[in-house]
Amino acid sequence: MNKLDNINMYTPNKSLSVASLVMIIIGLFSVAIAFIFDNHAAWTNLLFNNYFFLGISIFAVFFIALQHVAEAGWSIALKRVPEAIMTFLPYTCAVMLFIVVTAVFHFGGNHIYHWLEDGIMTEGAPNYDKIIAGKEPYLNSMFFLFRSFLYVGIWLYCAKKLRQISLEGDNEGDIGEKSHWKGLKVSAWFIVLFAVTSSTASWDWIMSIDAHWFSTLFGWYIFSEWATIGFTSILLLALLLNKQGYLKYLNDSHIHDLGKLIFAFSIVWTYMWFSQFMLIWYANIPEEVTYHLERIELENYRFLFWFSLAINFIVPTLFLMSRDAKRNKSRLVFVCIVILIGHWINSYLLFAPGTLH
Amino acid sequence: MRDKIIHAIFDDEQDVLTVVKDLKDNSIVVNEVYSPFPIHGLDPILGLKETRMAITAFIYGCIGLSFGGLLIYYIMISGVGKSWPMNIGGKPNSTFYHNLPSFVPIIFECTVLFAAHLMSITYLIRNKLYPGSKSKSPDPRTTDDKFLVEILYDEDKNNIVRLLEKSNVTEINEKDES
Repeated sequence: MNKLDNINMYTPNKSLSVASLVMIIIGLFSVAIAFIFDNHAAWTNLLFNNYFFLGISIFAVFFIALQHVAEAGWSIALKRVPEAIMTFLPYTCAVMLFIVVTAVFHFGGNHIYHWLEDGIMTEGAPNYDKIIAGKEPYLNSMFFLFRSFLYVGIWLYCAKKLRQISLEGDNEGDIGEKSHWKGLKVSAWFIVLFAVTSSTASWDWIMSIDAHWFSTLFGWYIFSEWATIGFTSILLLALLLNKQGYLKYLNDSHIHDLGKLIFAFSIVWTYMWFSQFMLIWYANIPEEVTYHLERIELENYRFLFWFSLAINFIVPTLFLMSRDAKRNKSRLVFVCIVILIGHWINSYLLFAPGTLH
Repeated sequence: MRDKIIHAIFDDEQDVLTVVKDLKDNSIVVNEVYSPFPIHGLDPILGLKETRMAITAFIYGCIGLSFGGLLIYYIMISGVGKSWPMNIGGKPNSTFYHNLPSFVPIIFECTVLFAAHLMSITYLIRNKLYPGSKSKSPDPRTTDDKFLVEILYDEDKNNIVRLLEKSNVTEINEKDES
């Protein structure tokens, strides 16, 4: 234990705890008001905000798993940051399951998933939809519920296990080799399972909102977005803690590496965005192209659509291009905040045009 | 005038890092290090200037971007596109920006092509690596598994040898400047 004595634990000061508590109460209050005034918009907003923070917290688990599998040593200086982020996962998962269950049973006017309506898959019913009926083997309420619980179960189990192993490593006394091998095992399983579940979760929870439309690279598109906002949050929190005198082993090279990852994944995200857009634009098939038409032709989304693409690509590309920029803390903070806002807008556009008809 | 040379040969890159740091601390001139692969963290110890390759990459990328844009503009819109309009996939080809999505891959590839090739050529020219150029490595084993530290000195050989022998050196070869 004596090795850990010179590392000071982070404890939020009183004003921060009070401020967080006030924010939580304001948040709960506004959710309640939203449900009273516009039920439908409230469900959409709850879902898209929850999706955004679910992405950040599940990516923290992926980050830890990746460090174990790659046997990377550099990340030890900031390993506690993603571990702290992943303790938020149970909350986002609980809200996600709440939304899924209410959607299946149409509780509280939750009509986010159009394909869950009664009669949409029964021939002869007034709202019968042949295309959606053809997807019944995959898109049916029981299988949907089962899958949602399965994803959440896998993710939460691995997150809990990785956190536990990391804490064990602290008390091991040695360099923590035993806990590393244990962590490697869990991480390898997690990465294999996450490769599948991240794709299917994004199909189930996001792509099925526009049930007629489909995109084969949608899972990767969502994953690249999760990666971008995940790295951004890790870097922002690490810089904040470092400024307050914590994480004393964090040096410029760590920050540079995270800056590189943010830069690279912003470009990966743009690449995915564009690959999806260009194929749909070029092929011009009615059932695919409506997805983008809704976002480009409708007055309320057009600006946000191009704006989010522009800031999510141009800002990181131009501002983080040189080596010195990736080591400049104030510039990194600026880019991180812009990217978080940009991806928040983009995640709004993943849901809103489909649910708020 | 330092005109005598010592070649110290090592088996491991970590030894090279420590020995070069040691020599530098004793203000001994390390002329060059020959290694089969880039050694992480050696550049700042040797006091090498930071590479300006990134700047050339940016400039070449910009050239490629403009070239790709002009090329596709000439082919599809203004030059060939006017006299021989091509209707591909039913897309209009009278304006540049209406077709931009289908031009992006070409412009992107031109950017990558220019940046990559011109950077390689710049690298080869800066390092004087023409066809038929002679190897500057004093020992062919540095292309396999050995690391060579080249030290220039005038007098005080014993001090250098003493410092080297403290480390995991495998061979010390002395040479006169020819």
